[in-house]
Amino acid sequence: MVWVNALVQGLLLGGLYALFACGLSLMFGVMRVVNLAHGDLAVLAAYLALPLIAVLHLPVLVAALLVTPAFALIGYGVQRTVIQRSLDVGPLTTLLVMFGLAIVIQNGLLQALSANSRSLDVGTLASASFRVNGQVSVGYLSMLIFAVAIVVLLALQALLSLTAVGRRIRAAADDQEAASIVGTDTRHVFGIAAALAFGTIALAGLAFGMYSSFDPSIGPQRLIFAFEAVVIGGLGSLWGTLAGGMVLGVAQTLGAQVDPSFGVLAGHLVFLAVLAFRPSGLIPARVT
Amino acid sequence: MEVRDLTVRHGQLQALTAVSLRVDAGETLAIIGANGAGKSTLLRTIAGLHAPAAGAILLEGREVTGLAPHRRVAAGIVLVPEGRRMFPSLTVEENLLVGAHRARSGGWGLARVLELFPWMAERRRQLTAQLSGGEQQAVAIGRALMANPRVLLLDEVSLGLAPAVVRRLYDLLPELLRAGVTVLLVEQDVGHALRVADRAQCLLEGRTTLEGRPADLTAAQVEAAYFGLAAHTAAGGEEPWSG
Repeated sequence: MVWVNALVQGLLLGGLYALFACGLSLMFGVMRVVNLAHGDLAVLAAYLALPLIAVLHLPVLVAALLVTPAFALIGYGVQRTVIQRSLDVGPLTTLLVMFGLAIVIQNGLLQALSANSRSLDVGTLASASFRVNGQVSVGYLSMLIFAVAIVVLLALQALLSLTAVGRRIRAAADDQEAASIVGTDTRHVFGIAAALAFGTIALAGLAFGMYSSFDPSIGPQRLIFAFEAVVIGGLGSLWGTLAGGMVLGVAQTLGAQVDPSFGVLAGHLVFLAVLAFRPSGLIPARVT
Repeated sequence: MEVRDLTVRHGQLQALTAVSLRVDAGETLAIIGANGAGKSTLLRTIAGLHAPAAGAILLEGREVTGLAPHRRVAAGIVLVPEGRRMFPSLTVEENLLVGAHRARSGGWGLARVLELFPWMAERRRQLTAQLSGGEQQAVAIGRALMANPRVLLLDEVSLGLAPAVVRRLYDLLPELLRAGVTVLLVEQDVGHALRVADRAQCLLEGRTTLEGRPADLTAAQVEAAYFGLAAHTAAGGEEPWSG
């Protein structure tokens, strides 16, 4: 039964990883930007929510509704200024710029808010759980985060495949120049894609902040989980990202069941195995 | 539409040198010339993909030289690019709909494009990778028409297609012209170009070497302008190159 419990916890944790990874997948899939600042941006979002929850005592949901759109706007701005300019120069420049952005965020947070570890206080929600039987119990917070992840992925999928702006995002991702000569402002479209990605980053950052503690230096460690979820699932596929997140989550919790210090390593080993034996991921995208 | 003394450089290479052209509403102008003559560069510069070093592009007297490509679409200049450039992850219908984003008001829309290419209706949900080259070219033309262009720029429509397919595509031109579209086309296949065009202009190494109505041009003139044989003799006094 302890294994069943670990499996359930792993699947739910996978929802959080998928929520966190979909923004990374989106920015790579559309703009070919490897967002090395992804993890640090999530930490930054958690720090933005911190005063809303700790000082103003707003409910978590309200804080999320404030921080997410704000972060989406920041995403549009960062894409139109810093990222687009680096894309105009070349892919290597973009990589360096994102790396630089990561360092700026880490050190900015460290300078302004110290290295103290924080967490977003969600009161009893953090520990309340639904007890299935003696050994399996499911936390309400994990279920809530999992549900949010599914809703976000469904909404992203619907937006990309059913709306006109989603169509233009896919067109610009396929062929930027061809999109521009048939009337698409590709810079604006990239801005929108970045806004979507930053919105999901904010949600994931808040979820991480409720789940566990965070400090200014934890971003890169989280980034690795997002990379692993994306690669295990298959680049460019949102449902692949969900599958990848769940596989990673299950690997970590089952590994931790064997030995508490073995959890993260088990995730890395599964990631390496997928890279070695199925490099296109579990659910490769239809068209690359 | 009018192009005045357009000069375009790619790094060290001067792709176009003071090329001028004029194409009136409802007219078809063919730009012919050998590989590397600057034909595609000319169309891509008109569409806004290259910034010219000098010169101006005017649409109905209004200068559009500095506009971004998507703004030129809104103004009425739409390019059907060389190599068709489909969006491979989009269906046929989605490819067409992307073209309608900055459409001017006018007669073209999804229904009319499907009327022009009847086979497209039942294959609208397919990905473009499942289409033949000729069908993809038709989607590329349809996608451009969705914007209701004033000036349609056609770049190497015949490239990689069977002659019968090319003929069918070019047979559509009169219908487009009747709908008030002005066509500026670039072709390596001189026969097709001269058959459909009202006027032709030949480029050689980025300069205009010949222009006129196809009926007034002799085969020898075209050949000379195309390969540059006459250019040296016409320049007068220049020593012919001897290797």
